[in-house]
Amino acid sequence: MDKMPKWADVVLIPLISVVLALLVSGLVVAIIGESPWRAMQIMVRGAFGSAYGWGYTLYYATNFIFTGLAVAVAFHARLFNIGGEGQAALGGLGVAVILLAVDWPHWSLALAAAMGFAMLFAAAWAALPAYLQAKRGSHIVITTIMFNYIASALLVYLLVNVFRVEGSMSPESASFAAATHLPSAADFAGGLGFRGSTPLNISIFLALIACVLVWLLIWRTRLGYEIRAFGHSETAAVYAGINPTKIIMITMLISGALAGMMAINVVMGEAERLVLDFVEGAGFVGIAVALMGRSHPVGVVLAALLFGALYQGGAELQFEMPAISREMIVVIQALVILFTGALDNMVRMPVQQIFLSLRRRAAQAQNSPEA
Amino acid sequence: MDFLTILQILDSTVRLATPLLLACLAGLWSERAGIFDIGLEGKMLIAAFFAAAIAYTSGSVWVGLFAGIAASMVLAVLHGLASITFRGNQLISGVAINFLAAGLAVVIAQTWFAQGGRTPQLPSEARFANIELPGAATRIRDIAQQGPLGQIYSELISGHSILVYLALACVPLTWWVLYRTRFGLRLRAVGENPAAVDTAGISVMGLRFAAVMIAGVLCGIAGAYLSTALSSGFVKDMSAGRGFIALAALIFAKWRPWYALSACLLFGFFDAVGNRYQNIQLGDFIVPVQFMQALPYILVVIVLAGLVGKAIPPRAGGEPYVKER
Repeated sequence: MDKMPKWADVVLIPLISVVLALLVSGLVVAIIGESPWRAMQIMVRGAFGSAYGWGYTLYYATNFIFTGLAVAVAFHARLFNIGGEGQAALGGLGVAVILLAVDWPHWSLALAAAMGFAMLFAAAWAALPAYLQAKRGSHIVITTIMFNYIASALLVYLLVNVFRVEGSMSPESASFAAATHLPSAADFAGGLGFRGSTPLNISIFLALIACVLVWLLIWRTRLGYEIRAFGHSETAAVYAGINPTKIIMITMLISGALAGMMAINVVMGEAERLVLDFVEGAGFVGIAVALMGRSHPVGVVLAALLFGALYQGGAELQFEMPAISREMIVVIQALVILFTGALDNMVRMPVQQIFLSLRRRAAQAQNSPEA
Repeated sequence: MDFLTILQILDSTVRLATPLLLACLAGLWSERAGIFDIGLEGKMLIAAFFAAAIAYTSGSVWVGLFAGIAASMVLAVLHGLASITFRGNQLISGVAINFLAAGLAVVIAQTWFAQGGRTPQLPSEARFANIELPGAATRIRDIAQQGPLGQIYSELISGHSILVYLALACVPLTWWVLYRTRFGLRLRAVGENPAAVDTAGISVMGLRFAAVMIAGVLCGIAGAYLSTALSSGFVKDMSAGRGFIALAALIFAKWRPWYALSACLLFGFFDAVGNRYQNIQLGDFIVPVQFMQALPYILVVIVLAGLVGKAIPPRAGGEPYVKER
C-alpha cells in the first residue's frame, strides 16, 4: 500500500525540506544580528528585480541545470557522481583546445565542435572512476573525489605551462577568436532589457534541451528503463539480463558529458577564454540541485533557478550587508543538501504518519454509520 | 643534498603528516564501525576556525583546542543523527557537513572579526609552542655542529608541538583499543556484520555513535593543530583537501592503524617535498609541483585499480542498520 499520495512525495516533502533549510539559514542570519526578512528582500530584489539580476540568475541557473542533470542521471542508477567539478573542468579544457586550435568561420560550427569536445573530455574523465566501480567495486564517490583533485592539479599545470599567453602573469589561456563568441541575451532578447554586459547566452536553451533529452532518456527509452531498474535493485536487474558494467559505464559517461556541457556556458559563453577555477563549485551545487529536484528534469530546473537566484542575490547581499559574508550561500547550500538528502527520513516519517492517520480517520468515518 | 637538508625535509614531513594522521585515524574509527565519513574535511575546518577564534579571544591555546574539539563533535553528532538515527545517506551527509563547515567558518569569522573571513594573527601564547626535548640543540648553527645521531635527535625528533606527539601516540592506542579490547572487537564487528552484534544483545547504534564521536574528537584535534600549531590563525579553506588526502591514506592503509601511519607519512613527505622544491629535476625530465600535489590521489587510484594489492573496505560500510530485517 502507498503510505502517502504521490504529490506528497514529489512536491510536499522537498518543499518542507527546503523551507526547513531556509528557516535554519534565517536563524543563522538572525544570530549574526541582521534581519533575515530584510536579507531575503535584498536577495530576491537582487536576483529578480532587474534585467541585470535576471541575466546573472539565469546564467548561474544554466550551469546548475547541467551539473544538476549530471548528478540526477547518475542518481537514477544509484551512482553518486560527486566528480562534476573535475568533469566540468575537463570539459572546459576540451572547449579551449578546439576553439584555440581551429580558426572557426562561424559561432554555430564552433559551438557544435566545442560541445563535442566538452562532452568528450568530461565523459573521458568520468570513464575511469566508472570502470573502477564496475570492474573493481571501488567506490565511485571516493574515486570521483580523487579525480576532482587530479583534474584541478592538471588544469593548473596546463594553464601555467601550456595555455598561458607569453608574457602574461595570470594563469589563463588566450581569448577565443571573436567569430566563436556565442550570442548573448543582449543579442537575442535585447528587447527584454538585457545589456551587452550580461553573461546570459544561448547556452540556456541548450540546458533546457538537455532537460528534455534527459527526460526522454530516463522515462521513454529502453536504456533509461535499464538505468532505473539497475538503480532500484542491482540483483533484479542482473536477473533480468541487464549488464551492470554496461549500465554503470554508460550512465557515468552521460553524467560526465552533462557536467562538461557547463563549460560551454562559462568558458565559451561568458569568459571566452579558459581561466583557473572557472567551475567555482557548480559541480557541487549540482548535488544540492539534483537532491532538491528529486532527480527529475523539471525539479532540476526549479532547483537550479533557486540556486541561481541564491548566487546572484547573495552577491547583492554582500554589498548591502557587509556583516554577512558571501559564504552564507554555501551554508544555505549545505542545509539544502542536509535536509533534502541526508535528513530526508526526518521529514518523511512524520509526514507519512500524518497521512496514515488521516487515512485511518477517513476509513473510520466511512465505517461508523454502518456500526 | 646534504644530510641536514634531508632531515629538514623529514622534519616538515612529520609536521605536515600530523593533521593527516589524526584525520585518517578519525576516518578509521568511523569506517571500521560501518559509517562512511567524507566529512573529515569539514570537521577539521570548523575545528580549525573555532580553535583559532577561541584561542585568540581567551588567550589560551588549550581553551581553543577544546573549543575546536567541541565544534567538530557538534558536526559529528549531526552526522550520527543523519546516518545512524535517521538512516540517511552517509555520503550525502558528509558532503553537507563539508559545505556547512566551509560556509559557517567564514560567515562567523566575518561576523566576529570582520577581516574577510579569517581570524586575526594569533599571539604566541595562543599557539602551541614547540617542545624542545632535553639535550636537543635549537639553533640551526648548533645542530649543524652535531653528529648524525645528534642531528636526528635535535632536528627530527625534538622541536614539535605536543599535538604531534599526541597524534603519534594515537596510532598504538587505536591499534590497542581496536584489536585488544572487547570494545574494539565489537566496534570492528559492527562494521562487518551489525546483525550479529545486534543478536548478541549489544547496541549497534550505541557503538556506531561512539565511533562517530571518537572521529569527531580526532578531527577536532587535527583542525586545532592546523590553525594553532602549523600556522597562526584561521584562513578560509585552510584544510585544503587534507580531509580527502586522509581518506586516500585510509584506503592506501587498507583501514589499519600502523599502515595509516606510514601512508600519512608518505603523503606528508610528498607535501614537504612539494613545498620545498617547486619543480624537481630528474635527469632531463622536470616533475612539476602540481604532480606532487596530485600524487596522493593518483596513488590511491592506482591502489583502487588493483595494481598494488587490493583494498577491501569494512563490509557493512555505508549501509544504515535496520533492526530485524
